[in-house]
Amino acid sequence: MEKKQVHSRRLGSSWLERNKKTLVLLSMAAPVAIWLLLLRYLPMGGIVLAFKDYKVNPRNPSFISNLIHSKWVGLKNFAFLFKTNDAWIMFRNTICYNVVFIVLGVIIPVALAIMMNEVTKKYVAKTYQTLMFFPYFLSWVVVSYFLNAFLDAQYGMLPAAQRAAGEAVTSWYTTKGPWPFIIVFANLWKNVGYTTVLYLAAITGIDATLYEAAAIDGATKWEQVRYVTLPHLRTIISILFIMNVGKIFNADFGLFYNVPMQNGALFSVTQVIDTYVYRAFMVTGDISLSSAAGLLQNVLGFICILGANTIVKKIDEDSSLF
Amino acid sequence: MTRKRKLRLNAVSPGTEAVIHVILAAFSLCCIIPFIFVLIIAFSSEESIRAIGYSFTPLSWSTEAFRYAFDKLPQIWRSYFNSILITVVGTVLSTLMCAMYSYVLYRPDFRFRKFFNFFSFFTMIFGGGLVPTYIVCTQLLGLQENYPALIVPLLVNPFNIIVMRAFFKSSVPLELIEAATIDGSGEYNTLFRIVAPIAKPGVATIALLNALAFWNEWYLSLLYIKRNKVLQPLQALLMELQNNVQYLNQMAGQLGAAAIAEAAKMPSQSLRMVLVVLIVVPIACAYPFFQRYIVAGLAVGSVKG
Repeated sequence: MEKKQVHSRRLGSSWLERNKKTLVLLSMAAPVAIWLLLLRYLPMGGIVLAFKDYKVNPRNPSFISNLIHSKWVGLKNFAFLFKTNDAWIMFRNTICYNVVFIVLGVIIPVALAIMMNEVTKKYVAKTYQTLMFFPYFLSWVVVSYFLNAFLDAQYGMLPAAQRAAGEAVTSWYTTKGPWPFIIVFANLWKNVGYTTVLYLAAITGIDATLYEAAAIDGATKWEQVRYVTLPHLRTIISILFIMNVGKIFNADFGLFYNVPMQNGALFSVTQVIDTYVYRAFMVTGDISLSSAAGLLQNVLGFICILGANTIVKKIDEDSSLF
Repeated sequence: MTRKRKLRLNAVSPGTEAVIHVILAAFSLCCIIPFIFVLIIAFSSEESIRAIGYSFTPLSWSTEAFRYAFDKLPQIWRSYFNSILITVVGTVLSTLMCAMYSYVLYRPDFRFRKFFNFFSFFTMIFGGGLVPTYIVCTQLLGLQENYPALIVPLLVNPFNIIVMRAFFKSSVPLELIEAATIDGSGEYNTLFRIVAPIAKPGVATIALLNALAFWNEWYLSLLYIKRNKVLQPLQALLMELQNNVQYLNQMAGQLGAAAIAEAAKMPSQSLRMVLVVLIVVPIACAYPFFQRYIVAGLAVGSVKG
């Protein structure tokens, strides 16, 4: 009886009443949706900047009026970008560093995770994990000071040691040679712990009876790793690997901007697309070139992610991103 | 007895395990030693640094740099306050927004679920780039030289939405939502009184990730705080010191001869490291407690990252 009443009231109610649930849920999605619209989707319209010769309009120097009065130049910004040495350097650096990060970022954490799993005392393994994971939570600014404590030209530990020994002092922040290694080392130092924990979680999930069976059949530890552990990790390794390949045009701005302490002498080995986009815009003030480089990075990255995702889908349907 | 034998059967030889311990211990130490080094430098006396450089065994110890930082440089207090303010406000807002959006995506009966899912996801794989985003923030939204500029651009992270939704899915059965709705619970009530408490580890994970992101923030300050530098959080202050050791004096309003005289007295080398210590110590103290939440979050969100 009562139920019937409710039902009839709902039928006779207004559109607002009938869609109440959807409207309430919409109101919950609204803050993030509005944020995305303003800070992510609206700027996508700014892509046109890459095809314009952005000039300040002296009569009305607001951004919109500048944009409207700037001339369309087609692909000229891109052509100009590739005539400079910068384009070659930043694309080379971004891709090469990422390739090294991806390869070492698989081998080292997997090796460490396998070793960690063999530690018999669990609280010791926990301690290792806690220590290794720590750098992941620090900012690149802090890491740059950690490194500076060792390399600082005047007071750093290494130059001080050289000075004490009467040797010639290496000026670390102006010598290009060691920087590819320093960058790779800094990146591994900060991120290996995180990835190791990730792989360790996957290894702990492997059924222990598989190892026991293998051991009873006379498999050595190496064979157990080779035929039990690695095959179980294959999916997660390939997915992380391919997802990283998808991000090959993106560099970690903080790493390349802060760790070399913004030293101009090191640009040829530390300049990546992200730092170029920032410097062309904020330092040189070249909006058109900066936009062109940024757009190129986004489009290439987009293609790479789509490609990577297609491959992941073939390996494991559930693990694909979309 | 059998358990013991099993363990021995499957354990590596003691020699191999020793090698493993050496490698793992070496890497673990390598991860923590720079922090210890910086801590030592912060407590080294300026004379020792001038004489033998940064060293694990300084000639003499001193808390001068800490005292100087807090007595003579009010900007450090202000920046500390800025960092805390940004972290607290940013974490609360971003976690709240993320929870609401994820809850909507988790509801299979929501009519526009697919659309909103794609709406947030697409921004993970494509964007307008730095220049247009900067222009929208400064010209349209007025995010420049103020606190919102240090908070708003970092409020949403689509990756966190995916992780939070995965937490909801794995810990809250849909029948519970249905039951709550039948009992007359509104959507907001259901989310905050029923879903969030059950998915507490998930909410905690996201809140921690957000707090770390805000605490470690320097990029937004680099972009949006150009003149009103008193708003700089600690990280940005530290970054400014990279190429300008005199920056702290300038901030204290000292110029000309007075600045040079003061700069001579300032323990500038250990002072920089004092700032690093001030930033890292809160993380290091909270770290043992939040580590397990982050690990739990990793397990849920790892593959979909």
